[in-house]
This record gives sequence, structure tokens and C-alpha cells, in this order.
Amino acid sequence: CGSLSKDPMLKKRDDFEDILEERRNSSDLKYALRCYTPVLYKGVTPCTSSMLKSMVLQSDQLHYVINQVSKETGKATDDIKEEASAILEEMAQCLQLSTVRFFAFTLSKAFKTLFRSICVNEDGIQRLQQAIQEHPVVLLPSHRSYMDFLLMSYILYTYDVALPVIAAGMDFMGMKFVGEMLRMSGAFFIRRSFGGDKLYWALFSEYVKTMLKNGFAPVEFFLEGTRSRTSKSLTPKLGLLNIVMDPFLKGEVFDVNVVPVSISYERVLEETLYARELLGIPKPKESTSGLFKARKILSEDYGSIHVYFGQPVSVRSLAQGKVNRCQFNLVPRHIPRRPSEDIASFVNDSAYRLVRAQEENMVLKPWVLVASLLLQYHHQNQAAGQKRGIALGELTAQAVWLRDLSRQYGAFLHWPDHIPPSEVVSSSLTLHRGLYVYTLKQHKELLSQAVILLSCASYRNQALHVFVRPALLALAIHTASSNQKQEVFNSFSFLRNMFSNEFILCPGATVQDFEEACYLLVKTGALQFTQQEVLVTERGHRTLAFLSTMLDPFLQGYQVKETLCNGCVMFCVQKGGCVHNSIQRSREHLRIGLKYMEVLSSDLQKNSLAALLRLGAVRKMKG
Amino acid sequence: MASNSSSDRQRIAQQRLRIIAGHLRAPVDSDSTILAAECKAQGSKTDVSSERKTVPRRRQEILKWNGWGYSDTRFLFNKKGQAEFTGKRYRLSGMIIPALQNWFEGTFGASVQHKSPAMPILTSSAVQPPTLNEAFVDELKSTGIPCSHDAEDRVFRGHGHCLHEVFALREGKVGRVPDIVVWPNCHNDVVKIVELACKHNVCLIPYGGGTSVSSALECPPEETRCIVSLDTSQMNRILWIDEKNLTAHVEAGIVGQELERLLNESGYCTGHEPDSMEFSSLGGWVATRASGMKKNIYGNIEDLVVHVKMVTPQGVIEKGCQCPRMSTGPDIHHFIMGSEGTLGVVTEVTMKIRPMPEYQKYGSVVFPNFEQGVACLREVAKQRCAPASIRLMDNEQFKFGHALKPQVSSIFTSFLDGLKKFYITKFKGFDPDRLCVATLLFEGDREKVLQHEKQVYDIAAKFGGLAAGEDNGQRGYMLTFVIAYLRDLGMDYYVIGESFETSVPWDRVLDICRNVKARIIQECKDKGVQFSPLSTCRVTQTYDAGACVYFYFAFNYRGLSDPVHVYEQVEHAAREEILANGGSLSHHHGVGKLRKEWMRETISDVGMGMLKSVKNYVDPKNIFGNRNLI
Repeated sequence: CGSLSKDPMLKKRDDFEDILEERRNSSDLKYALRCYTPVLYKGVTPCTSSMLKSMVLQSDQLHYVINQVSKETGKATDDIKEEASAILEEMAQCLQLSTVRFFAFTLSKAFKTLFRSICVNEDGIQRLQQAIQEHPVVLLPSHRSYMDFLLMSYILYTYDVALPVIAAGMDFMGMKFVGEMLRMSGAFFIRRSFGGDKLYWALFSEYVKTMLKNGFAPVEFFLEGTRSRTSKSLTPKLGLLNIVMDPFLKGEVFDVNVVPVSISYERVLEETLYARELLGIPKPKESTSGLFKARKILSEDYGSIHVYFGQPVSVRSLAQGKVNRCQFNLVPRHIPRRPSEDIASFVNDSAYRLVRAQEENMVLKPWVLVASLLLQYHHQNQAAGQKRGIALGELTAQAVWLRDLSRQYGAFLHWPDHIPPSEVVSSSLTLHRGLYVYTLKQHKELLSQAVILLSCASYRNQALHVFVRPALLALAIHTASSNQKQEVFNSFSFLRNMFSNEFILCPGATVQDFEEACYLLVKTGALQFTQQEVLVTERGHRTLAFLSTMLDPFLQGYQVKETLCNGCVMFCVQKGGCVHNSIQRSREHLRIGLKYMEVLSSDLQKNSLAALLRLGAVRKMKG
Repeated sequence: MASNSSSDRQRIAQQRLRIIAGHLRAPVDSDSTILAAECKAQGSKTDVSSERKTVPRRRQEILKWNGWGYSDTRFLFNKKGQAEFTGKRYRLSGMIIPALQNWFEGTFGASVQHKSPAMPILTSSAVQPPTLNEAFVDELKSTGIPCSHDAEDRVFRGHGHCLHEVFALREGKVGRVPDIVVWPNCHNDVVKIVELACKHNVCLIPYGGGTSVSSALECPPEETRCIVSLDTSQMNRILWIDEKNLTAHVEAGIVGQELERLLNESGYCTGHEPDSMEFSSLGGWVATRASGMKKNIYGNIEDLVVHVKMVTPQGVIEKGCQCPRMSTGPDIHHFIMGSEGTLGVVTEVTMKIRPMPEYQKYGSVVFPNFEQGVACLREVAKQRCAPASIRLMDNEQFKFGHALKPQVSSIFTSFLDGLKKFYITKFKGFDPDRLCVATLLFEGDREKVLQHEKQVYDIAAKFGGLAAGEDNGQRGYMLTFVIAYLRDLGMDYYVIGESFETSVPWDRVLDICRNVKARIIQECKDKGVQFSPLSTCRVTQTYDAGACVYFYFAFNYRGLSDPVHVYEQVEHAAREEILANGGSLSHHHGVGKLRKEWMRETISDVGMGMLKSVKNYVDPKNIFGNRNLI
């Protein structure tokens, strides 16, 4: 994560342009039928989707694995080949321009009803176009909604950029008709888990690599693996990243350009769905009829979307000095091997770096700040047993304070400076009326109250990446036994380590993160450093209080988890079962009186359990 | 050499000689009428060269002191801006090359208006006075072995032909050079010199043809002892030819073209033809593990050598018999071959010889793209039917070759050229910016050659290859010999460049070609080179398990304050890229001092230890102190 500039205030960001504006003023049909001639990779080998499949089936990699599987299982190679061909059939995309045009038309209609604007940084598009021409490209959008990949293809079509092929979960395949439509718009489908299946893995990785190496199309996938239900970036999944970096590491291409894309929704379509899921209500199965039923969302206002195409990152320059590519010299490259330690840690570091690059360019709306403030306010009230709202004037003043603070911390905040702050605050309240009204009334039913609080928390979470490092420091100062710098660092390091499943904290960057946090807090006048000690300034108390309160729900979540784990012997074999079990237990706890509803979030519980396992506080037992 | 001999054998011999000499002197592209006329002219030229038997002690009399090759031979842009090749030695000599200027200016963004001329003569004041070990010099003089501490002689032996070496000379800059040059006349002279060197603790650096491109001849600047350059050029006799066993015993200072010429007179050849064979010496080949163009028939130097004699500080090392193969522990020849002058001086070599081939034929194949070309070469290697030479040039090099076409004499020829071009690009649909060409050389008896030729063309056809005639083939091989002269032309106009090579397994050939070329372009850009460089490659040798790849790289250095440093950084990066892509540190150029830093990762710690322990035993006082290799 070393590339971040020292002063986040100085980050240069491009301007946005609203692509819906033109849609509102000209014919959608013409737009869908217009001439589409994207710039391609200069080394492209022209081929069709079906040629791709046969290239994969004829590759050395696949031959090797087929023979291996045949030896292990005793099945005839021809049978395995047939099996392979069937798997590939199930997996492969068949990108067709006509389908894309269909989507371009229907999505235009839908987007115009749903969103006020879809803003895209055009400079980013230009950089992307350049990158596509030079090297194979991997697109890494953040993942907050099912909309993400349709939106990506829609934007790329609009700007005449090569359409990507997209790694999608098998769940979509279940949707009659829609699955095939998605396939024809460039999606290819992967099973969620295929751990031990050598054949599947070989087919899948070879398929992706073949498309990438030949410059067939940019390859798009979600580094986070799944939609983040909490709006917090998820710990990156490394499987696909490993696959797309492999051709570079093995010298099969000169370089691969990775482009992080940050998609920020003012209001996610799945807003309440997510909160319910977090509380343990299973997500509805993807189905065409479900989609049809969901059309009622068309009547609501989802604000605007900001899509920021980040700086293309060259895998070659990422790997410079970190990976010794000579390690592939002594074994034929088509024989599958576990990634060596240096490669595994390189891919892991890169993944974190890329997720942070996504986070950095996420646009924050004023509501995110307002939600953070309201949540803190709500909890304080609750603790004090009071049941009253907050004056708009006071809220505005606090929001302005937080606005300035977050800007100093480098947040990509879209706060309309030409409008008086009070109007900004009230208009963002209007958009999210559904949430705050209930927040302020104390709702009777526990579940629906939790849904609302978790939804609010998910907005606050959007800003977490801006505050997390200073907040960890604030918490560290709070919990450290003394003001000694070393003590504070130790405490910071402990907290950071504990929360490393929760937030995107680059592995091995503790010192850097500590320094960054210190720098920010000193810069904003909240802290002073003497030779040995860390001192909180007069005006720093407010900042520090805000920051540590921000992490409070998480802290409590981990504490609850710990007490729970201490208190009971775990019989559960499966982690899933265990989480479920503990959710029920937390509910019991809640009756005893728990400050934060968020503790109920299955995401938080999963993360905390993982952290406790990692730290050795809890052991998994079999039987 | 009588031209009307009645002896059948002599007649055949002369025919072969013509063919080989013709190939040596890089015949021009021409139609059949010109070809017939050329045979005579060529014969008389061969006579001219046979008058000169040796490289003189004062090499500077016939060779450039600050560039490649013969003093009378160079490229230049004449007043009309047309390129010309001067002298009489090569087929291309005296000809106008009309397309070169355009290619040159277009490729490098250079201009014939912007000259960067070299210093015409060496100022002796630039040369440090020699550090002489008086006792050594006195004893040396008493042996009667010729020696010199003349500045020109010393400077000439202080460098090879790396870009930085030639660039410095052109600017009149001279670093540490040998303090004295000695010219032994035979093996025993060398024994005496080495004894004296050990006795007086002076540093010896063997010098053969001076064509090193690995900084191997550079005097280590930290060397404080008197440095003696041991020039083997006067040891250039064939001592005997054994027709029963088909071997020849030759003094190691003989240069390639001389060796072939003398053997040809007896109807034999070695078939060892490295690109530098006009100037490089037998001893140098052994010391660097050289490879020849026609290794597919004759083998590389390690296959050709039957017996070697080397003088070391510990005495003379040689085998006690001349057997074809032995199982007597590690082959001591392999301590000698590739030792790069760090262990001793090779003085005499017994080499395999072959009767001269009856028939030779050039050929060429055009492929729609480089990938297909490589696939074809791989198949040829798999079927083990490679011709004497098979080389695949990439698109840039194909264009380069075209730019070197001399002026055609008739409208008919240019019309034919146009027709050929039309057929390949329009009718066959080859993209002129992607197609590439393989050049071929077949050798053997006539029938077999024709049969062989058909086999290779049939394979090529499977990979979309079209036979493209003998001329293209010949021109490809001509490029080999004139390319080094072309570098000097570039340096006259702000363009610097170099070639380097590697060997690589078959499955990585395409990857290494693409990545190294791209790396060169990227590094040039990063280092502030204004105009995109020429970055091109060719596959020059095929083996069962891989191929040898040659890269050419050149750029326009206007606007750079330290062009040589930029050049070195780019070459360094290119070598790292080669190694990262599974290529070797060197296929035949050797390591010298230029590539020493990568030796450990190339041969492992234990490997380094082995080499060092041999060095420590053979030369504990580091008499052979050129510090190459380890």
C-alpha cells in the first residue's frame, strides 16, 4: 500500500460527466443501434467465442490435467474430455452485440426511472482505452449491487470501449432466460466452490487466461467475491486475481493492466434486503420471477451513481522486485503448481492495494456523514434512556464539522459547496426518509428496528475507509495504559491486528498505517507528539471521541463474541452453524441489554469469529 | 590457385570455394543474368584475398581502430543522401543502397543532416604511458619474441566491440589499456611468455581476433600490475591435416576465414562459421564456446574440437590421445572451453574437418506472422531435418533487410519485385506489417539438397509459409556480415545500438521475443529516449530442446546527456527480462565482465565454487587476470 501520497488532501481526482443526461435528450433506440467500434488490444488474435472454447480444450494445461485425472480415477480420457467440454459449455460466455444493444435500450429506460444521474469520469475512460490498446486489461469494480456489472457494460458501451467478459456466480444461471441473456452480454459462470475439483479449476483458469492473453476482451470480476452487504469493502478473494496475474508472471504476456473501478450508489437497490440478510433472513434465490416482482423498486428514487475508473495499475510494476519470475524456469509452465510463498504474498498484497484503490475513489454523499452522526446520536440517546430527536440546526453544524474533517482525511466527498449546508443536510434526509424517520421514532419491533439501524450503519460504513486508521489510533490512545508512544503503538497494533478481518488493512503495513494515522491527527491539530509521549490537544477531544465512537459497535461486537465463546463450549462443527448459533445467543444477550444493534449483523459475527480463530482465542473442534 | 586446372578435384574444390567465398562476402540480391556474370568477378576477388595470409601485427594498417572491420570498407551517406558501401571486399561494396536513407530516418527519427562524427585519429596523449615491469620486459626481449608498447598497438588490444567500448574510442577516450603487446609465433613462445609472467608477476590477457562483445578484453581498472596483451594472431598455421581421421591440427591464432580458405585449398572445411568469422580466431572460439551458423551439419565448437593444448601457469594441459569420445571423468576440455582467458592461452587445436560440400543452395520462406514462423522452425527441429542454417527474422528485420537492397539494374527486376510483393500481400493476404521471413542454407550433395529442400518447404507450407526465392535468403545472410558496419554508420548520425543473444526452450521462444522487445521499448521510453527504438529479433539456431534468439536494438540518442549509460541500463534490463523468461545468460557470446553479475544465479553457488577452485588451482597468482566469468 506504499503508493498513497503522504497528504491525502492533495489527491488529484477527475471530473464527472452524467451519461444519463444525453439519454434523456435523445433517442434510446438510436443509441442502442448506433455504430459500435471499440479500440482493441494491439496484439489481439481475432477469435470467436467458440474458438476460445476449443483453444481451452486443446491447451497443454488441460491435456495434462485430463491425463492426471484419468490416472487418478481410472476413467477414460475421452470421457473426461467430454465432461470437460460440458463444463466449459456451462461456463462460457457468448458475447453478442445484439444482446448488448438490447440491454443498452432497456437499461436506458430503467436507469432513467431509477436514478437521477450516472456520473462517470471521462478521463478514466480515456486512460482505460489507452490501457486496453497496450496490454490485456482486467477490470475490478467494487461490488455493492447486482446492478454493478450491467452498469459497467452499459457505460463501456456508451463510451465505445471494448466490452468485458465478466466472471459471474452460478446463481444467475438458475434464472431462466435471464441467465442466457447475461451470458450473451459477456458473463461467464463459475461455481461458487470447486475446491478439490482439478478439472474444473483447470478449465476455469485456462478459460480466463485464454481470453486475457489473446486480448479477446477485458476480463472483469469482483475482487470482493460477492456483494458487500455492509457497504464496507470485503476482504479480497484471491483466486481470480491469481489467475489473471499468472500469464504475466509466467511471461506469457508482457504486462497486464488492472483497472480498479469504484462504483458508489447514493442508495443501493438492495438496501433493506441486505439488512435482513445480515440479520439471518436468507437471501431470496435469484429467479426470473423474483426479478419481475422486484420491479416495484422502479417507482422509487435511488439518487445518483458515481463510477470512477481508477488509474490502470501495471502488474509488471507491482511485481517489480517482489517476485522472482525465474521460479518458473525449471518446470514446464503448463503443469499446475501451488503458487510459491512470494507469489502468494505478492497477490495478497496486490489485492489489498487494489481494494484500497477502489475505496479511495468511492464518492461519499453528504448523507453518509449525516448517517454516521445520527447513528452516534441515537446510541448516545439510547444509553441515556432519552427518546428525542436532534435539531436540524445542530445536525447541520455537526455535519459541516465532519465534512471538513473528512476532507482533510482525503475523502472523495461530493458536497455541493454552492448550496447552504442546511439545505444539503435536509435534502439528503429527504432521499433517505424511509430510514431516519424510523430511526428517530423508537420502533416497537426489535427486528425491523435492527433492519433500519443496519441500513444506516451501511451508509456510515461507506466512510469507514477514510477514518479507520485515525480511528484505530484514537481507540488505541483510549485503551493504552499510558501515553507512552510505544504503548500507544502496541495497542494500535493489537487493535489493527484484531480488526484485520473487518477492515481493509494491508498486511504487514502496521507501521505505515500508524504513521499515516499520526500524521492525519497531528495535521488536524488533534494530537501532539513529544519525544516519548502522545498528547491529546484541547480541541482534539471532539475528533477523538467521534473517531473512537465510530469503532465502538465493532469493538462491542468482538467483545460479545469473546464472552460468548468463553461462556459456552462450542459443539458446532461447521462454521455456518456456529454463526447461526451465536446469532441466537446474541439475541438472548440483547434482552440483557446490548448497546449496538449492529452486533447482530452476521457479517460482524463472521469476521469476529474469524479474527478470534486467527488470534488463537478460539479453537475449532471436530466431532 | 589455377583457374583452368585439369584436375577434377581441384575444379570441384574451386567451385566450393567460390560458393563459400560468395557467401562470406555477402552476395547481393540479383536476378539470374547478373548471377552468371558475378561468378567471374568473384573468382578474381578470391585471388586478391589469398595474397594476404595473416592479420598483420599492426592490425591498424588494415582494420579500423575505432570501428568494425576493414579500414577501406564502410557505409556512408553520399552528397545526394544515398547510402553507399565503400571498398571492394564485399558483394555489396561499391553499390548504392537507395532505400536505406528512408528506412534509417523513418526508423530512428534520425536525419542525415545531423552528424555525430568520430575523432579521426587517436591522440597519443589520451593514452596513459605504460606501466612496465622492467625485469619482465628485459627477459622477454632476450627471448626474441616480438613486443611493442606503442600507444596504437596497446589501444587496439584494450577493447572488444561492445557499444560502450567503440563509443569511447570514437570520442577519443581511452581507459586502462595493456602496457605491452607480445606476438608469440608458436606454442613454445607462449610457454616462455607464461613462465616469465609467473616469474615476474605480470598480468596476461590473451587476445585473438578482438571481436569480443562481453567486455572480456577490457583491462580491469583495478589491476596495478603490468598488463601484457598476448596477441595470438601470428600463430596461424595449419600444422597438419589427417585425411584418414578427418582432422586438422591448427595453431589457435588463425582467424576463421583464413582457416576455411587454407582448408578449402585441400578440399576440406571445418564448417564452423560464426558471424564474426572474418576476424575471430580459433582460440577465441574455444575460449568462449563459440557457435557457427552451420552447426546443424558441423556442430558447435565443442562438437568440433578433438584435442586442445592450453598453456597455464601450472603448465600445459592437454589430453594424451585424440580419441572421439572418452569416459575418463569430467571432460577437461570443458574446463578450457568457455574459460574466457582466465586459465591460460589456447595454443593448438585439433579440429574435425569435412570434405567440402558438393552443392549449396540458399532459400527463403515468407510466413504470414512470426508465430507461424516459429511453429515451423519448431517442427523442422522436431523432425530433425534442419538445413545447414535456418533463421527466422521478425517483421522489423525483414523490413531492415529490404532497406539494404542495392539499386537494381533493370526495370524488369524492379517490376518482378513489385509483382512478388503484390502476390504475397494482396493475393495471399499477408499483412506487410506482420509477415516475416525465414532464410535457409542447404548444403551437401546435389540430389540430397534438393530432396531436403522439398522436405523443408513442405513443412513450411503447413504453417502457411510460401517459398520466397534464393535472393531473399542470400540477402538475409549478407545482413549478418554488414550489420556491424551499419552500426558505425548509425553512430555517425546519433544512433547507437547493439545485438545480444540468448538460448531458450521451444515453449518460451515466442514469449521471450515479445517480452524482451517490449521491455526494450518500455525502458527506452522510461529513460527519456525521444524516438521509439528499433527493437527486433531473429531465431538463428534450432536445437532439439530449444532455439537461439538474437536481438538487435538501436535508438536515436539526440537529446540524451549520457547515451551510453542509457544504453547500458536498457541492455541490463533486457538481460533481466531474458533471464526472467527462462532464457540463458548467453548462447555463444560468453560472459566476460559484462554479464558476470548473473553468473551465480545461472550456475548456482556450488557451480561458482567449482569454477573458482579450478581457477585457484590453475592460476593461484591470477596471472590470467582479465577477471572474466567469475
